[in-house]
Amino acid sequence: MNYFKKIAIAIKTLLQGMSVTGHYFFPNILKRKYVITRQYPDEPPVVFERFKGEVVMWHNENNEHRCTGCQACEIACPNGSIEIIWKREPDPETGKRKKMIDKHIYHLGMCTSCSLCIQACPTNAIMWSTNFHAATYDRSTLTKVLNRPGSKLMAGVEE
Amino acid sequence: MILSNANIFSQWLESTSGLGYVLVLILIAALYLGFFAVAGLMLVLMERRVAGFFQLRLGPNRVGPWGLFQTIADALKLVSKEIFIPKQADKFLYKAGYYIVIIAALIGIGVIPFSRQIQGFDINVGIFFITAVSSVGVLGILFGAWGSRNKYSLIGAMRSGLQMVSYELSAGFAVVTVVLMAGSLKMTEIVEAQQSTWFLFKGHLPAIIAFMIFIIAGTAESNRVPFDLVEGESELGAGFHTEYSGMGFAYFFLAEFINMFIIAALTSTLFLGGWLAPFGITDGLPAQWFWGMFWFFLKTGVIIFLLMWFRWTFPRLRIDQLLTLEWKYLLPVGLVNTVVMALFVWKDWLIDLGKIFGS
Repeated sequence: MNYFKKIAIAIKTLLQGMSVTGHYFFPNILKRKYVITRQYPDEPPVVFERFKGEVVMWHNENNEHRCTGCQACEIACPNGSIEIIWKREPDPETGKRKKMIDKHIYHLGMCTSCSLCIQACPTNAIMWSTNFHAATYDRSTLTKVLNRPGSKLMAGVEE
Repeated sequence: MILSNANIFSQWLESTSGLGYVLVLILIAALYLGFFAVAGLMLVLMERRVAGFFQLRLGPNRVGPWGLFQTIADALKLVSKEIFIPKQADKFLYKAGYYIVIIAALIGIGVIPFSRQIQGFDINVGIFFITAVSSVGVLGILFGAWGSRNKYSLIGAMRSGLQMVSYELSAGFAVVTVVLMAGSLKMTEIVEAQQSTWFLFKGHLPAIIAFMIFIIAGTAESNRVPFDLVEGESELGAGFHTEYSGMGFAYFFLAEFINMFIIAALTSTLFLGGWLAPFGITDGLPAQWFWGMFWFFLKTGVIIFLLMWFRWTFPRLRIDQLLTLEWKYLLPVGLVNTVVMALFVWKDWLIDLGKIFGS
């Protein structure tokens, strides 16, 4: 009797499996109900808010950033993807010579997206952007300067 | 306009003689070849689209409308590729492999009736002929694998031989079950015998069991998932066609899909009434040859879709499970089923809708 029981179980489980796949197939062919493929150039892709594309520096409308040039991110980076070239120049308001960034250089090609620089930043100057168009024909274009030309420190960040 | 029920091809052949006869033969062969090359490509495309929808994808849809030209582009690419022959290969067997596979697949098609009027040639042992010819294909697989001197190919081909020898038996018993009802091995007569009721319903219980056995054994014979131990991507690379490239590979691939078509066509001929319309709904219409083909290809398409459904649902069997399934389950069940069917036919316990409704 075990023999026929096995056959019955086999048929039942096979039908069960087919009903599972059929449950996906028929709504898909009629309405594309469960299809999760996005046809990228035609349809905009779904990018999640927390997607780690590349590190960017936030600038406000007056071309001011929040980076004080403390180099915490450069120290935190495990593989040297961040280099900060800093300078000492007199502050236009107080006249004191002050440390500020000249170039915040970020090597996207080396970055492992570990987020350690962003966690290390005391002033929340750098953050992740969701830009995923990182493909390029030339490796040198992956080396980016994060602070915009002519930008300066936002007032009140250092307090 | 063809009005008679005679075979179009044989009418055509009878009207010619001498050199014209040979020319017409070649023309018919070319017609079949062209049709099944395109049909094979379309089946590959259908497989990929169906697979896409089963796996929550879209499948190829970029080349042409709905991706219709995708496989044609693939075939063109394969034509343009170098035919690479391994240094150690036995060149004769290596090349003979794919020719045997594709020729065996195409010969089988010749006997299948697409419609009352459209059939390559109608011999009195039609179904037996197909069963015999479709087994020759495995010889091509073995030749190719042996010729290419690759241990993975050889393992795959040996599995294929084992599988084919085993499953041929239960497929044969399923066919015998139908032949018992039809009383003939001739393909057209098998279909004509289903005029009142399709064999799947006429033979009720034993016919349904035979149908299931035939589908399972047919899947195994056409080397498709879940019985694709011959290819077994995860363990054997690509199995018997590992060393093939370009058109050699394309022939193997095409033969696989034509074999699938043959299995589906046989299933629809044996169990689902071949070219006959359900309840004869298109019987009075003109162009019967077209309606015959329409119903035949519709039924075949449904069975092909069923085979694809199997492919994207079931996991691959292990070789011992494969043999257990055949020798411990399908074969004994098939044997008993044949005897039961013989009893049913003898005692006339068949369901004949024609008699019930008295048409």
